[in-house]
Amino acid sequence: MAEKKIIDGRGSFCPGPLMELIGVLKMSQIGDELEVLSNDKGSAKDIPEWVRKVGHEYVSTTEEDGVWHITVRKTK
Amino acid sequence: MKILIIGGGMGGTILANNLARRLSAELRAGKARITMLSASDKHLYQPGLLYLAIGRTTPDALYRDQASLLEPGIEFHVDPVEEFKLDNNQVKAKSGKTYDYDVLVIATGSRMVAEEVKGLAENAEFFYTEETALKMMRRLQEFQGGKVVITVGVPHKCPMAPLEITFMLHDYFKERGLGDKVQLHYTYPINRVHSLENVAKWAGPEFGRLGITSETFFNIKEVDGAKRILRSEEGSEVQYDLLIAIPAHRGMEVIEKNGLGQNGWIPTNKTKLNMEGRTNVFVIGDTTNIPISKAGSTAHFEAETLGENIAAMIKMGMNTPVRDYDGKVFCFIEAGLDRATYAMFNYQNPPDPKAPTRAMHWFKMAYNKLYWASARGLL
Repeated sequence: MAEKKIIDGRGSFCPGPLMELIGVLKMSQIGDELEVLSNDKGSAKDIPEWVRKVGHEYVSTTEEDGVWHITVRKTK
Repeated sequence: MKILIIGGGMGGTILANNLARRLSAELRAGKARITMLSASDKHLYQPGLLYLAIGRTTPDALYRDQASLLEPGIEFHVDPVEEFKLDNNQVKAKSGKTYDYDVLVIATGSRMVAEEVKGLAENAEFFYTEETALKMMRRLQEFQGGKVVITVGVPHKCPMAPLEITFMLHDYFKERGLGDKVQLHYTYPINRVHSLENVAKWAGPEFGRLGITSETFFNIKEVDGAKRILRSEEGSEVQYDLLIAIPAHRGMEVIEKNGLGQNGWIPTNKTKLNMEGRTNVFVIGDTTNIPISKAGSTAHFEAETLGENIAAMIKMGMNTPVRDYDGKVFCFIEAGLDRATYAMFNYQNPPDPKAPTRAMHWFKMAYNKLYWASARGLL
């Protein structure tokens, strides 16, 4: 059954929100939805770019009080 | 008060010694007790494996007897834990013995899992264990030229290791007179050559200056050893003559088997360092799921914070930490065989690495010896 997971990448300069997402995606099931929290605005560009390149589904990005919420779905 | 520390690596050892000093009076009076359980009677200085892989040190220089590093008063047993009974404040170890605790600290570390990528374990060289580092050293000595690919898995221990081994290999081959016959090619999982933006801003141009090529957005999918091809999840492939991998890591098997955390990473509060949902169980070092570097220095600074907090619990009856872990990490970055820089950062402040110098390299060389003072909690 698909799950929704939150990855709190706030304050993570190294390995950073995208690397955290890559690590968690590897151990997730197809259909799982992952929401990355990041206070680095670069994540709002980098994460969708990688997700499209690797072939997962980019769902949405929202920003609230300086925190970007980027949601993706594992498709393969 | 019984303090039980699981794991005799950098974090566990620094914490045990830190606490033994802070609680020397309580230990003498029998009011506190510190016990450490480890899987080995030896302590390995893991960063030294990088130097072993390129023939710059020998294995014996990287080990000490674990007992020799511990303050008097710390009870040390080589008895790896097999079962965590957190609801009963107990662990059961391999010997069959059950150990009780009032405060538990889990510092079991991480391990590489190259076997999880098809073809990687059989076809790549690694430097994360003594055995693989020695094998890599012999392979490097035999290598007479061709394309050397350095590839990086996620998550991995020591975030600077991919850059360091690349720069060190550049100088290593140059010293051997093979600079013109070796092409170094580096792949990295995200869209720059290092996760830290300021480190990437320095390392990218440095690669260009040294003739090192790179491909970003490259996550290892599989290795075809017969054709010497490395393929990525993103759909690209790279030909290699010698493949060096920084493989993905997991936490220790015992953590997964006991259901303490997926992939062996225990959900941990990023400032208080307690296991989520537990007030008397703490986690430090690679074992946490905190989104921060899996590095010895992380374990070091976490151990110092936790030592202060546990001592305050015992001395003053504090049931909340007196100090938060601020995410501090300090990493040396070898930029070749004779120059280095460093990155220091925390949850609030990114690093700002300076140009590499010979002085910083020699500081790192000195730290490789000073580490033993650090493990004893003296530095």
